[in-house]
Amino acid sequence: MKLSHFLNNSSGQNSDLLLFKFIHLSENAAFLTDKDVIYMCPFNGPVKGRVYITNYRLYLRSVENDPVLVLNVPLGVISRIEKMGGASSRGENSYGLDITCKDMRNLRFALKQEGHSRRDIFEVLTKYAFPQSHNLLFFAFANEEKFSENGWMVYNPMSEYRRQGLPNERWRVTFINEHYGLCDTYPSLLVVPYNATDDDLKKVAAFRSRNRIPVLSWIHPETQAVIMRCSQPLVGMGGKRNKDDERYLDIIREANGQISKLTIYDARPNVNAVANKATGGGYEGEDAYPNAELFFLDIHNIHVMRESLKKLKDIVYPNVEESHWLSSLESTHWLEHIKLVLTGAIQVADKVSSGRSSVVVHCSDGWDRTAQLTSLAMLMLDSYYRTIEGFEVLVQKEWISFGHKFASRIGHGDKNHADADRSPIFLQFIDCVWQMSKQFPTAFEFNEQFLITILDHLYSCRFGTFLYNSESVREKEKVTEKTLSLWSLINSEKSKYTNPFYTKELNRALYPVASMRHLELWVNYYIRWNPRIRQQQPNPVEQRYMELLALRDDYIRRLEELQITNNSKITNSSASSASPSQMMSQVQTHF
Amino acid sequence: HVQLNSVQSILTNVNNLEGELLLCEASTVYKYIQEDGSNRGTYGKLVCTNFKIAFLDDNSASDDNEPQFENKIVGENDITLQCVDQIYGVYDEKKKLLTGQLRKYPEKLIIYCKDLRVFHFCLRYTKEEEVKRIVSGIVHHSQTPKLLKRLFLFSYASAAPNNTDGRNQTVMFETLEDWRGELERTKGNAKYKAVTTNEGYRVSEKLPLYFVVPICVSEESILKYEGRGIPIWCWSCHNGAALLKMSAFPKEQDDSSSQMQKAFLDGIYKTISKPPYELLKTDDLSSSLPSLQDIQTAYTKFKQLFLIDNSTDFWATDVKWFSLLESTNWLEIIRRVLKKAIEVVECLERQHTNVLLIEESATDLCCVISSLVQVMMDSYSRTKSGFQSLIQKEWVIGGHGFLDRCNHLHRSDKEEAPVFLLLLNCVWQLVQQYPPAFEFTETYLTVLSDSLYVPIFSTFFFNSQHQKDTNMSGESLNTQSSPFRFLTVWDWSVQFDPKAQAFLNNPLYADKPKPDKSHRKTARFKHQRQLSLPLTQTKSSTKRGFFREETDHLIKNILGKRIGKFINSSDEPPNSFREFYDSWHSKPVDYHGLLLPCIDGPEIKVWAQRYLRWIPEAQLHGGGTIATAANILDLMEEVQSLQVKMDEEHSQAISGDLHSVPVLRNSARLSSLFPFALLQRQSIKPALPTSTWKDLEDEDDLVNRDDEFVDLSGDIL
Repeated sequence: MKLSHFLNNSSGQNSDLLLFKFIHLSENAAFLTDKDVIYMCPFNGPVKGRVYITNYRLYLRSVENDPVLVLNVPLGVISRIEKMGGASSRGENSYGLDITCKDMRNLRFALKQEGHSRRDIFEVLTKYAFPQSHNLLFFAFANEEKFSENGWMVYNPMSEYRRQGLPNERWRVTFINEHYGLCDTYPSLLVVPYNATDDDLKKVAAFRSRNRIPVLSWIHPETQAVIMRCSQPLVGMGGKRNKDDERYLDIIREANGQISKLTIYDARPNVNAVANKATGGGYEGEDAYPNAELFFLDIHNIHVMRESLKKLKDIVYPNVEESHWLSSLESTHWLEHIKLVLTGAIQVADKVSSGRSSVVVHCSDGWDRTAQLTSLAMLMLDSYYRTIEGFEVLVQKEWISFGHKFASRIGHGDKNHADADRSPIFLQFIDCVWQMSKQFPTAFEFNEQFLITILDHLYSCRFGTFLYNSESVREKEKVTEKTLSLWSLINSEKSKYTNPFYTKELNRALYPVASMRHLELWVNYYIRWNPRIRQQQPNPVEQRYMELLALRDDYIRRLEELQITNNSKITNSSASSASPSQMMSQVQTHF
Repeated sequence: HVQLNSVQSILTNVNNLEGELLLCEASTVYKYIQEDGSNRGTYGKLVCTNFKIAFLDDNSASDDNEPQFENKIVGENDITLQCVDQIYGVYDEKKKLLTGQLRKYPEKLIIYCKDLRVFHFCLRYTKEEEVKRIVSGIVHHSQTPKLLKRLFLFSYASAAPNNTDGRNQTVMFETLEDWRGELERTKGNAKYKAVTTNEGYRVSEKLPLYFVVPICVSEESILKYEGRGIPIWCWSCHNGAALLKMSAFPKEQDDSSSQMQKAFLDGIYKTISKPPYELLKTDDLSSSLPSLQDIQTAYTKFKQLFLIDNSTDFWATDVKWFSLLESTNWLEIIRRVLKKAIEVVECLERQHTNVLLIEESATDLCCVISSLVQVMMDSYSRTKSGFQSLIQKEWVIGGHGFLDRCNHLHRSDKEEAPVFLLLLNCVWQLVQQYPPAFEFTETYLTVLSDSLYVPIFSTFFFNSQHQKDTNMSGESLNTQSSPFRFLTVWDWSVQFDPKAQAFLNNPLYADKPKPDKSHRKTARFKHQRQLSLPLTQTKSSTKRGFFREETDHLIKNILGKRIGKFINSSDEPPNSFREFYDSWHSKPVDYHGLLLPCIDGPEIKVWAQRYLRWIPEAQLHGGGTIATAANILDLMEEVQSLQVKMDEEHSQAISGDLHSVPVLRNSARLSSLFPFALLQRQSIKPALPTSTWKDLEDEDDLVNRDDEFVDLSGDIL
């Protein structure tokens, strides 16, 4: 049944439904089921409510509570649905469903044992939460929302490279990957050294894991030093060498007229890089690459990060660890990983900026840690990426187009919750960005809400933005034609995501302090479901600052008016506007 | 042993105060610049006066780095003698604590300050003679026991008789009128009275000249045990419930006298538990809160985490930062104190009971809790003058032993405990959680904590009003003996010019809306909201049943005890605190109403401004909370200048450029040091951890895996 249809037919009892903010999911939001349930709220105890399920979300409204408790959960965030209790379960509220979400919460619903209420709900939820496992399309393909902005227009690789002053006499744009023939996880458009031919690239591709050759991510406008990204070289146990790869890296080094060595940052811990030789991977050895210096950045793999987040969830959900909070936090290692990622990115940025040296960044495949490092370094070096649009471009470029495997890491619409490919790498990146914005509260055009919204829709499947693993698949699935972009939502309502304290500063390198003394747990994200953690929304300081901004603009306007009146020598100006002192008193009461 | 006569001439280039005397000096001292861990530094003269230790830079001629927030009394390279925490000498790369007589003189001197600055002075290029004199001079004057009258406070007061009336609107509580005013303000005068019993300190030297007690308490009882066992009024709540404090009887060996004391206490309790007085709850803080010794131990460990010698130290401790922090227990103490304060608030606000805080002298933890309760419940205490009046009432006049607790005279380490700092740390938590609710900023609190060690104000340099009064007369120094006129710290113009004072005021303070006819409705609503807080109480009382309550009442009256205790009180619903706390937090904040701090682990933070400001590795270049603050100040200035222009326009005066904006603070030069100093370092080199990783012991199998296991060696064969 279509939702609108349902709403028209709804009896008085269901008129609550009219209050739903069924965001313009339009007529297509099929209404699936509704049931009386008891929501086992971990904070307020059992709450009687009615749950409604559409093809996009699970919506619960309490029936007795005051104030009304509302749950609004896009089905995309669901990671796992389990039945609890059986037909013979006795205890009160022991029969129902236990839902694990990807966004740091769990939901438990107790149901009546009679009838087939649980079976119905379970089936509907499973089907629509895991469409990939049921041969269904993502909700994004059904979404018919309308926005005033088109987010798919935000990123155009050619204009982004042009913004960076590329191509130039040392760097060229190549279309060798136009049909993803060179590398199926790279974008179609790549920037490479002018002195390397397409043939060279093909040879290099043979020596790089999954053909992910070193390509340009960013060029420093003054030093012309570049950030290159790639995957590990296929050195293997035998310590294979590849003349083309060696020469290619030397071409990169020479491209900015650099005499010193090229710096290679291997994001992995040294031991892991060595261990990779056993499976054919490895790192650039000194003998083969005498003109390069290699540093390991000690960032751990996706499994370690996943475990770390799991531990973090254990200490914050449902209840925040009461005693020994700090040592519990430390034992999750979450902030320590953040510190290492930031430290690595600072090193990359500093090398390019004050070291005036080009750098090559890789890990194993160059789509997880590498993306974190290059994008954070770019955020530190280029103030454009600190604007709303610039950040969208950054994510679109370094993450989406360069094949961060969002589908595998998030497990969109996939029921296999224990998949070892899942890992919160992108969340970790956004956390790093949040840490930076916290340390530099005036340097970013976007606010915390912007980052939280990105994370919410990382899971929601309402937009096509984060679906699938690579550009080649996205093209095949016609994502830009058939779905909407998250940036459409954000850019249509920019003021909601704007940081009022933002002060535009051009070309200032921004180095966060990667010290535990400054790193904080992002409470407003990780502990946001806990009502005991106060979220002052909107932030009172921000709000008052905006009032002040409005006051200033008002003054400027009035002053202009006054000057016009004065200039035209109309003397009874005082009659037309309030005197300033009068206004001030209004302002004070207003505050 | 110090020569005092050759002095005055040299003092010309010291920014000296009246009454300040040069005691010793040494030249070609090399002061390291801490910022980059290199051996960079400057040569200069190290001097020690009866007020401070100062380093005079040889090329200080023109410094364009003039900070906007200059302290007029204590400069960047000045350390008041009371601000010195510990002095270490370095002998062959080994650090040794310097305390008394020295046999050998060190090559390097490290001075750790109570405001957490660290100075490194190299003495290798200084004449041996001068080294001896300056090192022993500094150690002697800053680390050895002193007489009260040798505090610089007295030299300054006699040399610079001041006439400034720095009280602004701060109520000093030195007069009977001040107390009556406070009673009137809080509408406590129906049940409480200000008494003059202690005039001439007849009752006790520890009690203030004037104080407030329940009307029913007689003069005789006050006099009987030197004021012990007497409930002394702190503050009355809008619903009439009052916060009281009492100094307990010491444990008596003699059985009969302890019997008498018990009987006396019972009598007192009986009188003040009868109507019109509310039910009474007592709380013995010495058993429900950490001891002063615990507090001192915790702070000593805590501050050590911020007194950092070099970059290696900084990064080495960074790896285990959170567990180090936890092991000091300081944040946990802050949490417990805040929690206790909320418990008291709950009794006053929701249960409408009087709360009597008990402590041996009622001048330490009593002051912390009663001040916090007032900050949370009384929005007047969140204004600058209100907060200052509160400090006067509870601490300065209330008889907190600042002299002993800060160990200003180095008499006894046993008495030392950072009780007042504990309060400021707790208030800071509230300020950072609810910035619009306070008229003052965190910088104000930081500066106030710094002022604890500036001995030109009497505020923090006496143990009691009596001690101050008896030392007021200048008999010892001058024959004509006119009484000293001490400065009060509340006269901020002594330390800061008006521009710098702007940093103390919160531009975003939510001013209390003036009563307005159109607002009456909302005002009443607000009132209702306060009253509606005991929502859950009705619920719980129905659960307990009418009869039960009645019998409780009966039993209490029969026993003559309408007194409950926090501890072991069985009739109290166990979760009443949690309910109260949660119910308040589920409602929107009224910045002029009741304010409860969040006390969950993640919400209790380190006061970064006070503790991290001098650590170069922790500097955020162009960032930190100060970046926002600077933006706000700029905007305020712009709005003000626009207002001026508007006035000019109205008066038809010639106006300048419409959009001329006041000079913006160059935020790139600002760091977390700001406003206390500007960065010396011109190049911005990021601080990089030197020691980063520690083992993930328990996750070895995960650590050794690769992201995705694929055998790549097959691909290329």
